[in-house]
Amino acid sequence: MTRFITSSFSHLILIIGILIMVVPVWMIFASSTHTSSMINMNGLQMFLGDSFYENYLRVLLYQGGFFKEITALKMFFNSFIMASGVAILSVVTSLMAAYALVYYRIKHATLLFWVIFITILVPLELRIFPTYSVMAELNLVNSYFGLIVPISASAIATLFFRQFYKTVPDELLESAKLDGANTWRFFVDFLIPLSKTMIVAMLIFMFVFGYNQYLWPLLVTTSEQYWTVVMGLKMMSGSIVHRFAFVMMSMVPPILIIIVLQKHFIKGVFQDK
Amino acid sequence: MSFLDLKNVTKIYPNGTKAVHETSLSIDEGEFMVFVGPSGCGKSTLLRMVAGLEDITEGDINLDGKLMNEVDPSERDVAMVFQNYALYPHMNVYNNLAYGLKNRGIDKETIEQKVNDAAKLLQISDYLQRKPSMLSGGQRQRVAMGRAIVRNPKIFLFDEPLSNLDAKLRIQMRLEIKKLQQKVGVTSIFVTHDQVEAMTLADRLAVINNGIIEQLGTPIEIYDNPKSLFVAGFIGSPQMNFLDGNLKNKTLSAEGFEIKDINTDFDGEVTLGIRPEHLSQSENGLINLKIDLVEQLGSDNLVYGQLKNKKDFCYRCPGNQTIEKGSNLSLNIENNKFYIFDKSTGKRVN
Repeated sequence: MTRFITSSFSHLILIIGILIMVVPVWMIFASSTHTSSMINMNGLQMFLGDSFYENYLRVLLYQGGFFKEITALKMFFNSFIMASGVAILSVVTSLMAAYALVYYRIKHATLLFWVIFITILVPLELRIFPTYSVMAELNLVNSYFGLIVPISASAIATLFFRQFYKTVPDELLESAKLDGANTWRFFVDFLIPLSKTMIVAMLIFMFVFGYNQYLWPLLVTTSEQYWTVVMGLKMMSGSIVHRFAFVMMSMVPPILIIIVLQKHFIKGVFQDK
Repeated sequence: MSFLDLKNVTKIYPNGTKAVHETSLSIDEGEFMVFVGPSGCGKSTLLRMVAGLEDITEGDINLDGKLMNEVDPSERDVAMVFQNYALYPHMNVYNNLAYGLKNRGIDKETIEQKVNDAAKLLQISDYLQRKPSMLSGGQRQRVAMGRAIVRNPKIFLFDEPLSNLDAKLRIQMRLEIKKLQQKVGVTSIFVTHDQVEAMTLADRLAVINNGIIEQLGTPIEIYDNPKSLFVAGFIGSPQMNFLDGNLKNKTLSAEGFEIKDINTDFDGEVTLGIRPEHLSQSENGLINLKIDLVEQLGSDNLVYGQLKNKKDFCYRCPGNQTIEKGSNLSLNIENNKFYIFDKSTGKRVN
């Protein structure tokens, strides 16, 4: 009996927690399916209305922005390019950086690693002017390249891969060497497959990180053609239901990525071997 | 020049530790050589230098007439079985065996043929599609051997491959390794700290201590004729009994008894070594043993006791004899099988 009470109590707490997280999102979604006048008169809604298609289609295809050059659809495209670019580029660079740090006889490799790691303490905001001026000198303002590259060196991912490589037994490398594998083959045939789950986890982290960028895209793009979703959230004008609809849609890509890759993601974060 | 030639090979680690001292050794083609010694004696380092996994500080290693010092491990054509097997965890057994062949650019059909042959030889054909994590210790061991065999290398190197197995499996795998080596006929070096493994496997044995080969010879030579105190104590189980003594005018006096007419010119402090199995009971024996403990192994009894001066002593007798704890035994040395070592240098003097 006491067990029943304690377990019901803990369930109750969990359910309250879930409600606190879910209800606001649900209210935005429910409200986004009504008409503007309905919301303006009656406030936020808990139940679905019948303007779903109308609202969402309009938001996706509406020519927004100051110069009316951009649609939400294009923003999603831009954000997707930027987020995937950041994810792929940062995973590739940190995989290779970690490989060099762990397996090559670099002098002061540990010191070098900590120098890389310290960059975590320097947020983008702090280096934003020099970074911008470099991009401007290179004529990379208003380009996908300019959006992606400056935020694609990840010390965190380098840390993860480095720590993982350090747990790979030396015998594996020696055995591979005797089997005729050179440094490149060892990287491709051993380390990459062995760190597959971690690669997936890092891809998700970095995708969400890239997707959520606000300040950098705001600075480096002057053309509306390169607006991203997160910028759009701020810039979008229009009625309240259209904004709600846009907010709802902006949540979809990160959630999709996590759903698709979650099997690997959980394995990667809680690596049990 | 023999098949594998080590000439004055020395290994000094960057921190100044000298792991191997000017070691010279020749191994013939098809020979099974065992390096045996206590842990940290440099036997693994020596093996790893042959493999190319450690740089050679000084000296030369020649394999099949070619100087190997600067040759990359991948091009030495040697195969190694590691202590923890070092199987590739993300590849199935087939790919574990095939990987080395693929890297050598061998075509698919030949690889398949070779892998299947090796798998049949080692009786792992049923597991080819499994990952190493789904195999038992003995099966992993076989896969590790298969990976070595399939490449058909010039030399097999074994780095304590049996130490992770349980006792029964170890004996079984030991036999299989020996049989396999005789069948395949590949020159092999086997490193172990287990003297039973060393004795049973070796064509020739190198007893290594502190980075020096103390003695090199067939197992029986080394057992019958140890050249130093270290070798005498290391080879043989249970260990040889050692007694302090004094040698003067070919007469040895030790622990209350004397042995005359010893064939030596040495005078001074010595250590007398007697193997537990080279003793027999007799009425008025040289050695009086007060028995503390008897281990009955079935085929043998191991009798542990103390001499008059409280020195521990061991005697091995056939298992059919009943020996009472607490009683006294009078023992004689059979056929003058005893060994005398200079106490200061540890060198054999008789």
